[in-house]
Amino acid sequence: MSGQYEESIAKVFDRIKKSKINAYITLNEHEAMETARAVDKGEVTGRLAGMPVAIKDCITTKGIQTTCGSKILTGYVPPFDAEVTARVKKEGAVIIGKTNMDEFAMGSSTENSYYGVTRNPWDLNRVAGGSSGGSGASVAGLECRISLGTDTGGSVRCPASYCGVVGIKPTYGLVSRYGVVEYANSLEQVGPIARSVSDAALMLDVIAGHDPKDSTSVGEADKVTYTDHLNEGVKGLTIGVPEEYFGEGLNPSVEKAVWDGIMTLNKLGADYKKVSLPHTKYALSAYYIIAMCEASSNLARFDGLRYGLRTGKDENWHSTFSRIRAEGFGQEVKRRVMLGTYALSEGYYGKYYLKALKVRTLIKRDFEKAFKDVDVLAAPTMPTPAFKIGEKTEEPLSMYMADVNTLPINLAGVPSISVPCGFAGRLPIGLQLIGDLFAEPLLIRTAYTFEANTNFQKLPEGF
Amino acid sequence: MEDDVIIGLEIHCQLNKLNSKLFCGCSTKHHGSEPNTHTCPVCLGLPGALPVINKKAVEYAIMVGLALNCGIAEHTQFYRKNYYYPDLPRGFQITQYDYPIAENGMMTVDVDSIERPVRIKRVHMEEDPGRLVHQGSIETSKYVLVDYNRSGMPLIEVVTEPDLRSPKEARRFINKLRNILEYLDVFDGSLEGALRVDANVSLKGGARVEIKNISSYKGVERALLFEISRQRNMKRRGVTVTQETRHYDDERNCTITLRSKEQAEEYRYFPEADLVPLSVKDWENKLKARLPELPEAKRDRFRSQYGISDNHAKVLTAEIRLANYYECVAGKCDPVMAATWVADYLKGELNYRDRDVRDAFEPEKMIFIIDQLKKAIITDKGAVEVIRVLLDEGGEPASIIKSRNLAKVESDITRKAVTEVISENASAVQDLRSGKPQAMNFLVGMVMKKTRGRADPEEVNLLLRELLECTL
Repeated sequence: MSGQYEESIAKVFDRIKKSKINAYITLNEHEAMETARAVDKGEVTGRLAGMPVAIKDCITTKGIQTTCGSKILTGYVPPFDAEVTARVKKEGAVIIGKTNMDEFAMGSSTENSYYGVTRNPWDLNRVAGGSSGGSGASVAGLECRISLGTDTGGSVRCPASYCGVVGIKPTYGLVSRYGVVEYANSLEQVGPIARSVSDAALMLDVIAGHDPKDSTSVGEADKVTYTDHLNEGVKGLTIGVPEEYFGEGLNPSVEKAVWDGIMTLNKLGADYKKVSLPHTKYALSAYYIIAMCEASSNLARFDGLRYGLRTGKDENWHSTFSRIRAEGFGQEVKRRVMLGTYALSEGYYGKYYLKALKVRTLIKRDFEKAFKDVDVLAAPTMPTPAFKIGEKTEEPLSMYMADVNTLPINLAGVPSISVPCGFAGRLPIGLQLIGDLFAEPLLIRTAYTFEANTNFQKLPEGF
Repeated sequence: MEDDVIIGLEIHCQLNKLNSKLFCGCSTKHHGSEPNTHTCPVCLGLPGALPVINKKAVEYAIMVGLALNCGIAEHTQFYRKNYYYPDLPRGFQITQYDYPIAENGMMTVDVDSIERPVRIKRVHMEEDPGRLVHQGSIETSKYVLVDYNRSGMPLIEVVTEPDLRSPKEARRFINKLRNILEYLDVFDGSLEGALRVDANVSLKGGARVEIKNISSYKGVERALLFEISRQRNMKRRGVTVTQETRHYDDERNCTITLRSKEQAEEYRYFPEADLVPLSVKDWENKLKARLPELPEAKRDRFRSQYGISDNHAKVLTAEIRLANYYECVAGKCDPVMAATWVADYLKGELNYRDRDVRDAFEPEKMIFIIDQLKKAIITDKGAVEVIRVLLDEGGEPASIIKSRNLAKVESDITRKAVTEVISENASAVQDLRSGKPQAMNFLVGMVMKKTRGRADPEEVNLLLRELLECTL
């Protein structure tokens, strides 16, 4: 006779196997069932005991293939767990598998995966968002309860918004990056995606905290239990509405849903006022320069020498590694590596990289200044609902533009949460709440209060 | 010193006295181990692994900076140096670029009793890459093996201004640097690959040539000698020396072109965001207080404390091990005698055998020898013999003296020998009497020969004068 957890996890795998979403690259069925049985027997306990959890495929999992959505890492089984993986396992979670993503987290639609596009559970012809598209879709499609994504310029919040679920991008340094395959290391953080704010907060409790293996890790989270702050309400808070986040290209349904959301919070006791973040218009260029420069360096290690793809006959090292990189990397990855290499090269470093760092400082100051006046900023997460698969693949620039409201947050290192706030037709819309450094408790209570007083926490049709 | 020679050095030294690598906990004691046994995700550069700075390595680097009279940075930061090479597992090396740990220092170099200052441009920290192992030679090997045991070994790089004027000065500089590092106890120069040198050399007015990866102490001098004569010959023939990077071939003793200026490498340096900038101002003062006595201070102290000559003090303090050996000996016998016997005789015998003081016998044995000398039980010659036997065969000085009959002979035996020599060498005696003092040396020599060196030459001298009633 099988136990309660074994049964429910078996159901999850059944659903995944019948699913058209393509949320996973690798399933961890055998080990997951074992863990579920151990939970049933009481041998495994913890805050996540028996919960089906999915992990983005750029977060290392000992003994489970980790590909980053890339052909170049096909078959790579890391010998160690990421710090977040270890923490999730320690709390008794059942690791369902590794979720699909844009190759090396480069993209906003999960169309750049070597393992196929992930479809949006709300409309299979649309993207699930990116780059943590598999993590967003798996939660929305009931293929796990909570997932981990990484957010470099909006990669947790974008799929959360497109898939109608909750996603948190924590303060830089709050969550360990040890074991996160680096794309743009000065920008990215691991964040939870869940169907409810409380689940997201629970996961943040588990993964946040100091890790001596990551020099950029800070101790702030060790003093806080995020789930303790859910019920604190929004009375007396001032919400800032940054005008630059309601600019050109904003879909009217999105604009309305977000303003309705702000009004809801207002009714629940929060004040609101318009604010300005004047350097926002430079954020996109600065972000992509920094991200591509870092990517060009971070991806240099993939040479097929010690792990991953090995094709054709071996020649001398330079030809062999050039061929492996040519075959192993997709178009978007190549584009970013080459642009980053160019921007860092002699004579251009000052013109591009250093200038981007200066813009980054100005953007940080914008936020510092804003948070002197307001507690939380509210804005659309994505300017539009999920777009159609293939719609933007030929225009990288228009794809980059989609991140315009999320990436300034990564440049500043501040936290942000996306919570469902309405629908455009049947497609979900996300409200983005942005806080000052380490203001996660404030964001969580605001989002929870909003969620508790609205009715957008729904399942897609047929689920 | 050659007036037109301009040499600058970049010296990489492994901080091999540390127990763990620069960015991970792997052991640095990998010499003689199987390949790739001292590795982890961090030093293998596996995806997701992050570097964490070894604080002790930073302390060591600051100590080196202080010992070289550098200013220590308030904030120090690491950079990525991007280049592709199979021994570099991340595709970039973590090193320092702007904001090195120490800058603007000075060290003197001493050649032919002339002490000259050499400016230190900077001291920075970086990680060592792995090591390529070719089967057979580079040319014939069908494949190459990579050993990552060395990957992540902590290095410091000392960069001088182009202040050196001869290959000999360059070698002296490196020796002195090695000695200072050993005084600081951060470095063991005897391990393979512990020290590697890149040298920049030009003749005044000519282009600068960089010679890469010279890995032996002697190689530095030889490579520079070769390169200078190559450049001189070109100049003589009216050929322009071009700016380039050359490789030094130790076996053939020559330098060969690696790449010209047009192919200069593009490293795309940029800040390593995985390592936050370090503020080391407070460390500096703490470490200053912990800095051990350095060669020059020790030299001055030896002179005043033990009353030994300037030259002896210099020789004895040039190497920490020799200095420690001397102090051990000097504490328990006549320090001036000890200086002579350690600096001149012991060091001389070791040099002759191409060995260093680590291979010498215990200081206690030296103390015994000096004691025997002082008590006039053995002669200087006998003492040298004991030292030689100890170095070549080992054993106990007392039994060596006994078994080899090295104890000084009794005075009456000496007297007898002197009498015999006088009667057997009438002409020399005549010479002496007629005012040729060189004859005395001959007669003393004959007595020494007769007693097989066991007579005390001074005593022989006195006896000869006494018996010949010589007033010389």
